[in-house]
Amino acid sequence: MSSQELIEKIAFNVIQGRLEAGDEGFDPGLEGQPAVTELMQEALEQGVDPKDIVLGALTRSMEIVGEKFERNEYLIPDMLASAECVGLAMEMLAPHLIKAGIKSKGKFIIATVAGDLHDIGKNIVAIMLKGAAYEVIDLGTDVSVERILEAVREHQAPYVGLSALLTTTMRVMGDVVQRLEDEGLRQQVKVLIGGAPTSAEFAQQIGADAYCKDAFQALDKLKTLET
Amino acid sequence: MIDTFRAGVLVKPYERLSLEQVKRLDEASLHILADPGVWCYNERATQLFKGHGAKVWEEQTTGHRCWRISFPAGLIKEARAMAPSALVLGARKSENRLMLDAEVPRVYFGSGSESNVWIETEVEEFVSLKDNHTKVRVPRYQELRGTTELLGRAASLCDKLEHLDFFIRPLNIQDPGITTTNHDVNKFFASLNNITKHVQAGLTDLGALKNVVRMAEIIAGGQQELRENPLISFIACVFKSPLQIVDDTAEKVFAIVEAGLPLVISSSPQGGSSAPIQEAGMVAQINAEILVGITLTQLIKAGAPVLYGSVPVRARLDDLHDLYGCPEFNQYNIDCVQLARYYKIPCYSTAGVGDAKVPGMQALFEKLFTHLYMAMTGAQYIHYAFGLLDRTNSFCPLQAVLDNEQIGKIKHCLGEPKVRADDVEDALQMVKKVMASGHRLFTRHTRKAMHRGEISSPYQFEAKGMEDKVIENALNYLTQLEAQATPHLDQPTVETIFDEIPGLLPNLKKFKGD
Repeated sequence: MSSQELIEKIAFNVIQGRLEAGDEGFDPGLEGQPAVTELMQEALEQGVDPKDIVLGALTRSMEIVGEKFERNEYLIPDMLASAECVGLAMEMLAPHLIKAGIKSKGKFIIATVAGDLHDIGKNIVAIMLKGAAYEVIDLGTDVSVERILEAVREHQAPYVGLSALLTTTMRVMGDVVQRLEDEGLRQQVKVLIGGAPTSAEFAQQIGADAYCKDAFQALDKLKTLET
Repeated sequence: MIDTFRAGVLVKPYERLSLEQVKRLDEASLHILADPGVWCYNERATQLFKGHGAKVWEEQTTGHRCWRISFPAGLIKEARAMAPSALVLGARKSENRLMLDAEVPRVYFGSGSESNVWIETEVEEFVSLKDNHTKVRVPRYQELRGTTELLGRAASLCDKLEHLDFFIRPLNIQDPGITTTNHDVNKFFASLNNITKHVQAGLTDLGALKNVVRMAEIIAGGQQELRENPLISFIACVFKSPLQIVDDTAEKVFAIVEAGLPLVISSSPQGGSSAPIQEAGMVAQINAEILVGITLTQLIKAGAPVLYGSVPVRARLDDLHDLYGCPEFNQYNIDCVQLARYYKIPCYSTAGVGDAKVPGMQALFEKLFTHLYMAMTGAQYIHYAFGLLDRTNSFCPLQAVLDNEQIGKIKHCLGEPKVRADDVEDALQMVKKVMASGHRLFTRHTRKAMHRGEISSPYQFEAKGMEDKVIENALNYLTQLEAQATPHLDQPTVETIFDEIPGLLPNLKKFKGD
């Protein structure tokens, strides 16, 4: 298979949301055919330029997926399946991108705050961010303020995403923002918050940079926050 | 019998009565038929019953010849055992045929019955008196008298409603050119030329039967073809409750059975006036009436295809009109479904009529209350389910669209459990795979079920914001459906029908492609 054919096939399978050969796609009859994992492996072995993969196979295909979602042709599971494919491809490409001097869109620390074990929303946001070429550092659930600060320092991340589902834990988000201020880290990091009990008003009240009602809004907000 | 038919929904029947209670009601019906028996105004039926062992004597009534008939239990039992337990209702498209089997609780929903009024809807905008920036959009309704044109529109719409399985003419045609003589041919043609699903109606004039059957034969492709694919069938309300066999309807039963086409023996007593309001009395009486009708069909021709047609209703006690959206309606009807199953005769049952006069919350409550309960019983053939309002006095296409969404959800809800051994095996693999992943989300596996159509969608007419826009959204959907092509018959078939069948109104002459 030529480089161009491989890039086109990767793009097609991202749109189909097929991670591995055993996966079905959006269209019927694709099970058993090579998917993103197998095709990426082959592309890397053949020495296809990582930049061409990112631009030709991943970026454009996710735009197409977004357009299909806008037209209600795709639902969230389809969108996430495609994002998951891009996330995996980016992980496989990471060492090659570093060698080629290509940077991700930035490091994004994400966590569900202390006292809260809910992670569905956080995980969906993480998948979508990976799919949009951010380097996601997922700290998991029930994460202390100190642990979040430590991660910001360690990774020098420009973005932090905080999630909470409970009215009793949402206040911890304010503690994070306050501690970032206290430690002199606030200027270097944008704080995005989300979760059922939160709101734009709450984000403003605690001094966060953005409230995101869902993963799609998180991506939109990031575009406006990018420096 | 056939291998292609509409899926309907196969349910696990909900039963209200124990077997002992079913037998008790059966015995009560047989007791009624022996004493006091029934009053029969049709001589031919009387003689037929007499010839098979019924005890008959002439009643003294004013102005009409009438006989009292006392049925021995054995006669009823033997006759009902001759009725087929399974039958096919045909359709213009083979995939729209219905397979009715008394021993298989496969539920189909259809329209009905013969209302006089068509309700047209439009949405109008109103401005607040307090603040002229505040506007609301409100549905406005207009009543139209039924016509052949509107009946054709109803049939065309019902062809496009995914969850409607059969069509009973929902509108009485009252065009200036319609007479008793040509009512039936126009009613059947306005239906058949606009829908590819099964068409059923009552017969207004016995003299029209020959032409109606010939019309159906032309469409089916011949006499034998029509009997193999009976794309039309009939409803006969042979009883005027309580317990009186009507003369002209009995004659229609003879003619329809002799024509070899399926027939519903329907009875609709009103609990509180023409039948007891108490459950046991109502059900024993309606069952007795239906059993006599079925007995008549089987004595005319053993094995004649017949449906057990139960439409027991309750009286409102403030004006003695029918009351549909009430618990007793469900109780009576569920009992009848169980009796039909006990006799192994497919059941024509009833659900979805609103007492409400317009679409809205009352209509939704009344319709859901009966749609869901009656589907749960496993009745094979549920009529009245689409568009009927005002106690069957009006048909509203907008309501039919709303009912379609509701019935679709009910069919989905009552569908067969997907808990086979391989479903469980798949689930175990899925859980292992997801728990080994970083994100622990099942969304990738959700896609499979989603793409197979196993997952229901949100309510079709929901609004995004803090508004209830159900009526407006449903009206937009109705407009979209009505803009789609109507499945008219091809030109040669229509020409043949107009050549052979007298009395058809010229405005109905439309062909495929029009």
